[in-house]
Amino acid sequence: MHTGKAFKYGDNVDTDVIIPARYLNNPAPAELAKHCMEDIDASFAGSVRPGDIIVGGANFGCGSSREHAPISIQASGVSCVIAASFARIFYRNAINIGFPIMECPQAAEAIRMGDTVSVDFTAGKIVDETTGETFQATAFPPFIAGIIENGGLLPYIKDKLEKEGN
Amino acid sequence: MGMTMTEKILAAHAGLPQVKAGDLIEARLDLVLGNDVTSPVAIDVFNKAGFPKVFDKEKIAIVLDHYTPCKDIKSAELCHTAREFARRFDITHFYDVGQVGVEHALLPEKGLVAPGELIIGADSHTCTYGALGAFSTGVGSTDMAAGMASGLNWFKVPAAIKVVLKGKPAKWISGKDVILHLIGLIGVDGALYKSLEFTGDGVSWLSMDDRFTISNMAIEAGGKNGIFPVDEKTVAYVQDKVSRPYTVYEADSDAEYESVVEIDMSTLRPTVALPHLPSNTRTIDEVRGMPIDQVVIGSCTNGRLSDMRIAAGLIKGHKVSGKLRVIVIPATQKIYMDMIAEGLTQIFVDAGCAVSTPTCGPCLGGHMGCMCEGERAISTTNRNFVGRMGHVKSEVVLASPAVAAASAVIGSIASPEDL
Repeated sequence: MHTGKAFKYGDNVDTDVIIPARYLNNPAPAELAKHCMEDIDASFAGSVRPGDIIVGGANFGCGSSREHAPISIQASGVSCVIAASFARIFYRNAINIGFPIMECPQAAEAIRMGDTVSVDFTAGKIVDETTGETFQATAFPPFIAGIIENGGLLPYIKDKLEKEGN
Repeated sequence: MGMTMTEKILAAHAGLPQVKAGDLIEARLDLVLGNDVTSPVAIDVFNKAGFPKVFDKEKIAIVLDHYTPCKDIKSAELCHTAREFARRFDITHFYDVGQVGVEHALLPEKGLVAPGELIIGADSHTCTYGALGAFSTGVGSTDMAAGMASGLNWFKVPAAIKVVLKGKPAKWISGKDVILHLIGLIGVDGALYKSLEFTGDGVSWLSMDDRFTISNMAIEAGGKNGIFPVDEKTVAYVQDKVSRPYTVYEADSDAEYESVVEIDMSTLRPTVALPHLPSNTRTIDEVRGMPIDQVVIGSCTNGRLSDMRIAAGLIKGHKVSGKLRVIVIPATQKIYMDMIAEGLTQIFVDAGCAVSTPTCGPCLGGHMGCMCEGERAISTTNRNFVGRMGHVKSEVVLASPAVAAASAVIGSIASPEDL
């Protein structure tokens, strides 16, 4: 269970505003975190605290394939992104790096900026502690849940190659 | 039950007789791509995992196109990391400054993509190769690392949207107008997680360059891929570029589509997308006269030779307007040389345009044309998100090469019909 303050944004939060291209020349996670969400919310990097939660609308993370986007959010200390839906490359990238995301249109709609939110990632449970409302996120297919449980894609691939004797 | 083109390619690469939308599969990769922004992150992941080798040095392409020739010390370090990795594993298809082109124009030109193949690339516009009847999709750096190590990746078989293209496009209507119109219709998440399957009697009117432009922007509708049937034009395109055998897949007549969208190309008007979403489309008639400060003609979307011919044809005999500056970026070295041979470079330079060597450059606000607060560009690129080409308060209008060139001459947004 993680509890934090919600940073709420709208639909189509793109990877250019999550981490602008002018900062992609230095992919160190701590550097990326300094500029996370800069072009949509310049105060984000200065005010986010470990455990806080980003809430987005539809198509969160659309645009570029830059893995720097979920890396910058993860390195900011954010515990989870909740959205009505995710753009597919962002969705893959988050799973692949072992960063928790939850798809839940009802929570994405109801949670307000600054609400205190608790999430149980394994159970897919979201609680808006400020309003008392609870929500259930869409469950991951077992294969994807397995990748997440193993800490991302690489442990899965390594294990597979070793089994094949490579 | 029948399969779509995408389902057939995925099934073949997973070694399965049949797949359907929603299936999770593991598929064999024909090519794994990365650039100077995404490869270094993938290489870091690859090295940390301790993989001793790549799955096939012939099936990896590393293309240093985004910030090259290097814009600063940090980007030089990224290229250095990629270069060292390419040397260590003797990567066959490594493209450095001097050979490099914008990746999605370069790979087809070099014959690295053939119909029926499965390609992943750590760049969202990897979907471009659908124009050749291949399945290709953008992924992140960890996927690239896993692909380089194993030659495999997991995919969720996408549901499909059938896009029926009808009619002959009018004189100034290009692939860009068709795809912008489609994104305007279905929205930036209209094809989220889905495959766009282009078909219809209108396809035969579209050049390969038009098809590359259309497939390229499938991602701007959220699409996983955007694929065209293989016809005589496709075969003619790959004939002198691809020597290995390839397989042509056709959709079954009873393939399942989640929805069908019809576009009569004969009725389209030149179309642009206003800030800050590619779905914010207008016809030229609604935006004529809008002031602009910069024109960019280039990118993986519209930096091909036919784009340059159209733009140069309109600019020939004119000077670009004193109200703006114009940046022309051929997407590959071959296009650069062909432009010189055909006299296009002369036309652009005589008119007052800056002509650059191949780079993604301004498309992502990297270099070679960043804007300051309050400026607006009309650009043949693919994204007009907040801050995409520089300052957070600068703006990008997406358009075809014809509209961009006409605007360059007139000094505000204009139609080629206005010249």
